[in-house]
Amino acid sequence: MTFDYWLNLIEGQPNLSLLVLLSVLVIVMYIARQPAHQVILMLVRSLRNALRLMARSVMLAEKHLRVRNREVLLAQGQEHAERFIERQFQRIEILVNRDLSGYPSLQRDLKEQITRIDEDYMQSSEVPPKPPQWLKAVEAVAGIPDNGSPVVAKILNDIHNTLNKALETNLQEYRRANRDRHSLLKKMMPYWRSLTSSLNSVERKITGLEQRSIIIDGQMKTYEEIRNKADYGERMLLESSMTHFFISSLTLCLAVIGLYVNFQLVALPMEEMVGAASYLGTSSVQASDVLALFVISIEVILGLFLMDSVGITRLFPIIHLLEDHKRKLIFWIMFIILVIFAGIEASLAYMRDMLVADREATALLFKGVEVEEPPLRWIPSIGQMFMGFILPFVLAFVAIPLESFIHSFRTVTGLFIVWLLHVLVVTIRFISNLIFGIGRLLISIYDLVIFIPLKIESGIYKKPDKQAEDTISGVLTHQQKDEDFH
Amino acid sequence: MAKSGFIALGILLSFSIIVQHACSKPSEKKAVYVLVDTSGVYSKQFDKVQSVMRYLLGALQAGESLAFARIDDENFNETDIIARINFDLRPSIANAQKRAFLESVDQFGKNIIPGKYTDITGGILQAIEYLNETQAKQRYILILSDLKEETKKDRVRNFPISFNGIHVVVINVAEFEKNNADSKEYQARVEEWIKRVEQGGGDWKLIDDMNQLDEIIE
Repeated sequence: MTFDYWLNLIEGQPNLSLLVLLSVLVIVMYIARQPAHQVILMLVRSLRNALRLMARSVMLAEKHLRVRNREVLLAQGQEHAERFIERQFQRIEILVNRDLSGYPSLQRDLKEQITRIDEDYMQSSEVPPKPPQWLKAVEAVAGIPDNGSPVVAKILNDIHNTLNKALETNLQEYRRANRDRHSLLKKMMPYWRSLTSSLNSVERKITGLEQRSIIIDGQMKTYEEIRNKADYGERMLLESSMTHFFISSLTLCLAVIGLYVNFQLVALPMEEMVGAASYLGTSSVQASDVLALFVISIEVILGLFLMDSVGITRLFPIIHLLEDHKRKLIFWIMFIILVIFAGIEASLAYMRDMLVADREATALLFKGVEVEEPPLRWIPSIGQMFMGFILPFVLAFVAIPLESFIHSFRTVTGLFIVWLLHVLVVTIRFISNLIFGIGRLLISIYDLVIFIPLKIESGIYKKPDKQAEDTISGVLTHQQKDEDFH
Repeated sequence: MAKSGFIALGILLSFSIIVQHACSKPSEKKAVYVLVDTSGVYSKQFDKVQSVMRYLLGALQAGESLAFARIDDENFNETDIIARINFDLRPSIANAQKRAFLESVDQFGKNIIPGKYTDITGGILQAIEYLNETQAKQRYILILSDLKEETKKDRVRNFPISFNGIHVVVINVAEFEKNNADSKEYQARVEEWIKRVEQGGGDWKLIDDMNQLDEIIE
């Protein structure tokens, strides 16, 4: 039954046949309108509900992940704050041990200085000279009337002279005593200065402690916020984590370049040890390259242990939990091995330079060029040796950005997954709305096809506009229900 | 935590390996056997042979093999081998060996006594044996000759040879300068050798220009 068959339903009248067919179709569609609408709506609703359910599940997962991210972030922040506070307390301990351990002797010094000053002060106090005991007798004699007697006048004159002399002697004595007092006071000056200096030193130490305590107060505040799971603390940690991630990623990229340079320094001389034509199994990986990589890996691992034993990083909690003397022992062992490796690498770098020179000379010989020793050939040799020695130590510091990267990577990855889930939720909701929209459109198109019988029906029943519309389409009611539902 | 650290470190180092090997392709061990026809005009063109040898010494790496022999005897034998060597795995030793090899070739060039015969087939048989012993993946026989075999009448030399994947490269040094008067005869000899090599499972290449030396080894 092809389309042509239906067009020739009425013999020789394809247009009429088409018209009849369309009319039948419209009538059938009109009769089946309600069930058709219901089927479309049911299908659309089912899809929409499934998608909304999916969106809800993804949202739930997103929520869980958000909570987990928050917990991880806060835990990391708490650990960081604890480490910071611990470090500050260690510094205070050092300060106290170093500066305030001498406090008893300082106190003793101060007491001694104060005692000396006190003694000097006591000695320097002014004692008024006592008047001579015979002054009253002289006064009584001086009160005797002379009555013009020259003898009396002479006696009085003698007394006067004697008094003058005594006065002179007393005055000199008084001046001498004053000089002594001044000299004593002068001697007190260095004690005063020393005392001032001691007090200033104490003040400085106390100020240092005070500053540390201010830093600890600030950190404690942050710690409290983290503990209380405050939003501000979380935001702060999040920003910090993102910054750490980008900085550590950049540093690690630079470290990879450093590793590559290091590898190039070591790989060629390794060919002299294991042979240039030795490969790893049937692969194209040269054994010398693997050996070079192994040496570099060992150096990096030594660096990690070294940094952990110093306490700069905490990649290995076991090392951190060890006693101080054991950690010190690990540090020295790692350091010595690293120095040995650096020495080996320096010699390999020198050997590399020699090999390259030999290779170049041979290549030139085969080209028929006369080989000459280039001037200042030793400069690149020394440079390479120096690089070979320094690079292992530089690579040891990779531990710091590595730790930072690992910490921040968890947070950033968590955030990224949350973002992905959020995008997924939005997409699912969009698709769900789109499907519902398509359903509505299909119903409208359905009604558009059968608009003639619908118009006739509305003309016959003449219902109020809105009610008629509800009854005719049956869609708006459903839409309203759906909107109410959501 | 430590585990994560090691994982990150592993990624870091693997990345280094990938960077290192991303642009490199596997190197296959090579072995080259050079047969030089020093009869007639070839004894006067030894500088060309030296150029080829210098190129080969530069191209071959540590662990690879090279042999140099003349084919101007009535019957090819061990005494016709001028030098042969398996280069040491250590590049520095290999370089010293290469210099010594070049010295032997130069020394041979100074004392060439042109022979009356040219036993290409005998040389090839010896070369195949040597190349098979080296167990190299890429094996080459370099023939510096006009391919005109001159042996005693009673010698049978037209039997099939099993090349088994060996690359046969012919460099006709003498043809470069002389006006090829008997080019038809030469072309017939070339055709015959191509057929013989390909039937024996070998790979044929003809180089008639000294500027094409880079094409000897793939």
